[in-house]
Amino acid sequence: MAQTQWRGASAIVDTRRIAKFGAFYAAEYRVRNMLKWWQAIVAFGIGNPILYLTSIGIGVGTLIDRHTNGAGPDGVKYLAFIAPALLATSALQGTMDEVTFPVVHGFDWRKVFFAMHAAGLTGKQIAQGVIMSAVARTVFTVSVYWLILWFFDAFDSLRALWLIPINVFFGACFGAVLMAVSSYMKEDDGWFAIIGRFVIAPMFLFSGTFYSLSTLPLSVRWVGWISPLWHATEIGRYFSYSHPISGQMLFIHFGYMTVLGVAGILIANRKFALRLAA
Amino acid sequence: MSWTNVPRLGLMSAPEPKELMISATNLSKVYGDFTAVAGIDFQVARGEAFGLLGPNGAGKSTTMRMITATLQRSGGDLRILGKDPDKVGPQIRAHLGVVPQSDNLDTELKVHENLYIYGRYFGLSKKYLTKKIDELLKFAQLEDKRNAKVDQLSGGMKRRLTIARALVNEPEVLLLDEPTTGLDPQARHVLWDRLFRLKEQGVTLVITTHYMDEAEQLCDRLIVMDQGKIMAEGSPASLIQEHSSPEVVEVRFGSDRNADVAQDIAHIGDRMDVLPDRILIYAQDGEVALAEIIALGLHPITSLVRRSSLEDVFLRLTGRTLVD
Repeated sequence: MAQTQWRGASAIVDTRRIAKFGAFYAAEYRVRNMLKWWQAIVAFGIGNPILYLTSIGIGVGTLIDRHTNGAGPDGVKYLAFIAPALLATSALQGTMDEVTFPVVHGFDWRKVFFAMHAAGLTGKQIAQGVIMSAVARTVFTVSVYWLILWFFDAFDSLRALWLIPINVFFGACFGAVLMAVSSYMKEDDGWFAIIGRFVIAPMFLFSGTFYSLSTLPLSVRWVGWISPLWHATEIGRYFSYSHPISGQMLFIHFGYMTVLGVAGILIANRKFALRLAA
Repeated sequence: MSWTNVPRLGLMSAPEPKELMISATNLSKVYGDFTAVAGIDFQVARGEAFGLLGPNGAGKSTTMRMITATLQRSGGDLRILGKDPDKVGPQIRAHLGVVPQSDNLDTELKVHENLYIYGRYFGLSKKYLTKKIDELLKFAQLEDKRNAKVDQLSGGMKRRLTIARALVNEPEVLLLDEPTTGLDPQARHVLWDRLFRLKEQGVTLVITTHYMDEAEQLCDRLIVMDQGKIMAEGSPASLIQEHSSPEVVEVRFGSDRNADVAQDIAHIGDRMDVLPDRILIYAQDGEVALAEIIALGLHPITSLVRRSSLEDVFLRLTGRTLVD
């Protein structure tokens, strides 16, 4: 082997570059790790929408449309009504997958975040890298889902293309919150299963996904109001088939999700840094 | 792996001032009521192999975490590569190589991918890393494991991979926390060989260990720590010379007889320690001391004459063995 000159880290490592792009290096790791599971991600991204659209969109939809002459909830065919909700669900679910177990993996199972930290990345950069990689997956999932919905004739116009960036944004906001929660977990201990059953499942059922939220009694309607899925669904319907929303409600939907996202990022940044330096 | 142009320390010859890589003054770390590190002073020069020896809980790993710039100090002054880690921690860390106590390799990535992605954390280019990974795999004797998953490696291989990973940025200081704990003897010797090669190349090493043979093998100079304090400092040979006799006789008479026999042989040798399972007699000549014991008509169940070690130094300084 040819002899290599040892130049020393001071000569070959540019610390300003790490300070500037550290979050991207952390994201690169997460994406590389994620690609180890690409078959599962692709299968989930394609299989999930096809199953839902076939069973509920077409199956239940046919039944509802027959009884409503194609003017179901919100006055549109049932498939058009649930399509934005299904798309939002896939965005939130896909992001969730990349900010929950990977965070526990990073802090506890394999402690890879400590390796990153030892190399010069900060807790904030690692947290940002995790959310960036989750967003990368959400872009893929939402785009594929959107194309399948288009194929199933769920959208009337290309205005529905707005659903892609909006759901990616909402997914990121929701992901930031779950990343903050995950950063407090010492180990899984079944917490993610509990979150899945008692937070995600009710969110899915009570967010106006399959019927308008207004049809629910007020006593449970609040579940929808605090649910990120309801806010994402409402916006999705607005851009998909012009579901009527006031300017004030548009502001509330975006504002609520933005506040959640910013709070999630700030809490995660702080907790990541604290855990790495504890 | 052969590197040239590594700055060498020249411990035996050069009187010229050495560049200080690490300098700790009255360094302390306190957790609530517990003092993990109680105001210690030490310095590490470029090219030196420096050790922190002590039992579990001595404060070695806490000290190590402070000098890897991943744990803030509670008091005192600390300079790593001339900088304050509490102010520019990430900058310092980017120029260090760290081998943690437990391997934090990514088990879902292949061996070469672990090296690649770790290099990327430093912002190193694909071109640089492609070449560097080949070198590091050769150094770690893992060339045929290049595409293996980490879980397929033995414990010794994982340690070598973690060390190789820590070298990807050509660190100014390589810090190893208990590098051979949990490894079998053969794997330890392979690892020592790799570390010794780095030392020969002039790479600055800082090693924590509770194995005295490891410290003797690898360290030019070390501090003996106990309960967060430095008990002694020097080269392994000078510490042994200063705090122990050249040879030690270990005799066992049975745990119920050791204390009684100890009174009869107290006059033999320079000094004696009575442990629950054996008696240690420190002597200038161990064979002579053993002959004196037998001449008294005492016949130990087992006897051993050996060279004095850092274990004896530690026992002398703390009254405890390293494995207490």
